Amino acid sequence: MHIAVILKQVPDLVEEVEVDSQGTDIDRDSVKWKLNEFDDHALEQAVLLKESSGAEVTAVALAADGVDQLLYAAVARGVDRAIRVTTASARTDAPAAAAALAGVLADMGVDLVLTGVQAVDDLHGQLAPILATRLGWPHVSVVSRVSLEGTEAEVTQEYSGGRMATLEVDLPAVLGVQAAPRPPRYVPISRLRQVMASAELGSAAAAAAAPALGSTVTRLAAPPQGQGAQMLEGRPEAVAEQIVALLRERGLVEA
Amino acid sequence: MAGVLVYVESDGERVAPISFELLAAARELAQSLGGDVEALVAAADTGPLVGELGAADTILEVTSPALAGYLPEAQQLVLVEAIRARKPAVVLVGYTSAGLDLAAGAATATGLPVVAYCTGLRAEGSDVVADSQLYGGKLVATTTTSTPAVFSVVAGSFAEANGHAGGRGERIVTAPPAGLAQLRSRVLGTTGAGGGAVDITKAERVVSVGRGIGGADNIELAEELATAMGAELGASRPVVDSGWLPKERQVGKSGMTVKPKLYLAVGISGAPEHLEGMHDAGLVIAINTDGDAPIFKVADYGTTCDLFDLLPAITALLKPAG
Ligand SMILES: Cc1cc2nc3c(=O)[nH]c(=O)nc-3n(C[C@H](O)[C@H](O)[C@H](O)COP(=O)(O)OP(=O)(O)OC[C@H]3O[C@@H](n4cnc5c(N)ncnc54)[C@H](O)[C@@H]3O)c2cc1C
Ligand SMILES: Nc1ncnc2c1ncn2[C@@H]1O[C@H](COP(=O)(O)O)[C@@H](O)[C@H]1O
Repeated sequence: MHIAVILKQVPDLVEEVEVDSQGTDIDRDSVKWKLNEFDDHALEQAVLLKESSGAEVTAVALAADGVDQLLYAAVARGVDRAIRVTTASARTDAPAAAAALAGVLADMGVDLVLTGVQAVDDLHGQLAPILATRLGWPHVSVVSRVSLEGTEAEVTQEYSGGRMATLEVDLPAVLGVQAAPRPPRYVPISRLRQVMASAELGSAAAAAAAPALGSTVTRLAAPPQGQGAQMLEGRPEAVAEQIVALLRERGLVEA
Repeated sequence: MAGVLVYVESDGERVAPISFELLAAARELAQSLGGDVEALVAAADTGPLVGELGAADTILEVTSPALAGYLPEAQQLVLVEAIRARKPAVVLVGYTSAGLDLAAGAATATGLPVVAYCTGLRAEGSDVVADSQLYGGKLVATTTTSTPAVFSVVAGSFAEANGHAGGRGERIVTAPPAGLAQLRSRVLGTTGAGGGAVDITKAERVVSVGRGIGGADNIELAEELATAMGAELGASRPVVDSGWLPKERQVGKSGMTVKPKLYLAVGISGAPEHLEGMHDAGLVIAINTDGDAPIFKVADYGTTCDLFDLLPAITALLKPAG
């Protein structure tokens, strides 16, 4: 059993994200990057499957600045191997990533591909269904638990209103992971250093070109102001009093 | 190539609210782009659903035992075949769990562009201009896309009330795709909401905690406030995924939908997937140290005070003296 987990770095939204001078993209130089939260869960799910079923796990990322760090961290977390995929295009959208990854994953002979359910910076759809459709494999997104039974995966898919389903999928398949059954584990920095000193990253070159998107971004901007909240100013004690006064006025708490 | 095709979601018995929003959006687009509003409904029994789709000019019905329960593979086969047969200018899919499977999958299979996270759509000539929420709702991207194309639409973006009537409601029964006989995936079972110890959907007051609370040990601060206010505790997804609060308290797209009179959002950024679960709340008050957090766009009142200072201060004022 060979599992590939696909990793992407996305802007850390705790920091400010600024729009570039053209007004159509973020200022990529000023952004702090981090592993996409859902990929972190996909990685945890992959390592849990390795531990429970002895599957072999390869972490895969498109080559870019900072990506090596991400791949070393995946090795430190427990994957067997990490490879970066080089492409002719600088595009990182899901259709481009799918074009780059499909051939590489097929050549690797993987049985199961795990991606994050979505990335906050990508307009052009979700990688899991695009990749699966290109490969002719089944796919399921918004998955929160995966187990392996022979040549099948059993997954939990989540819907709104607290509903869930258990689906069974024949392998090979692609799953868009929302959450691992337990929080992603923490790796001590000493372990990461050790991996960086000893592990070798592999690489592969993408054969297929990125497809045209058929869609152009004309503007990227903060959402329109609209109504917006009335901001309560002052020290915490003063703000607390204003909030309690508001609640009492409206009969939302006892006077 | 004309018209707007809406992918209808249901639980087999009722059409999902998002589908009425899509039908409303489809009518607006069809008025500019021309053509019909078509609703695609695929289920084991479309009988109970068809009557709710009066906003569509044509209702494409695909019925098969293989369509019992939501199975991404089966639904994608049906959607792809409908796109090939009807050649719509625009395909609308909800940005729901189903949308996350189908919009991009069907677009890829048919070679169409796809634009995700749309909150606004308008026709310009034969193009569609869309607004999409990116970066957790912090930025909005405006795109121009040539048709035919697929769009996934965020719940709460169009008026559901406009999606119930006004179409011709002609029924077209279509044979299920041959591929349904060779599916490589199956639905083993579904579980409904409820069964948990609490039901936050009925609460009149909700104190909802986000990642800003920082750790399981700090939940206590919010718990004390909730007790003092007579509120239930809610949570954002990361708080649940981190194991700090149980799943039944999660508010949002993949959690519960709440409509309390008061929603106090504590350390929650206000990502679109969270807002989906609380946009019908009465008074919304947000506490977040980041003045640019999207939650302030939907809150009535807000403060950038640190929650660790503010929560105890509010609790102290609400607790009877002594
Ligand atoms: C398919 C899908 C389904 C999803 N379903 C849901 C869902 O059901 N519910 C849900 O919530 N999310 C859901 N999400 C996740 C969603 O996209 C966001 O990631 C999530 O809502 C963010 O949670 P948060 O606001 O708690 O965390 P963050 O976005 O990390 O925000 C934390 C906030 O706390 C503030 N803060 C930090 N410290 C303090 C302090 N001391 N005092 C005050 N403020 C502070 C920060 O400024 C920040 O704005 C879903 C995502 C996907 C893709
Ligand atoms: N350029 C990329 N490089 C690596 N992984 C990607 C890339 N684009 C998408 N992915 C993967 O697909 C997931 C969903 O992203 P998306 O479907 O683009 O919203 C990400 O979390 C990654 O796991």
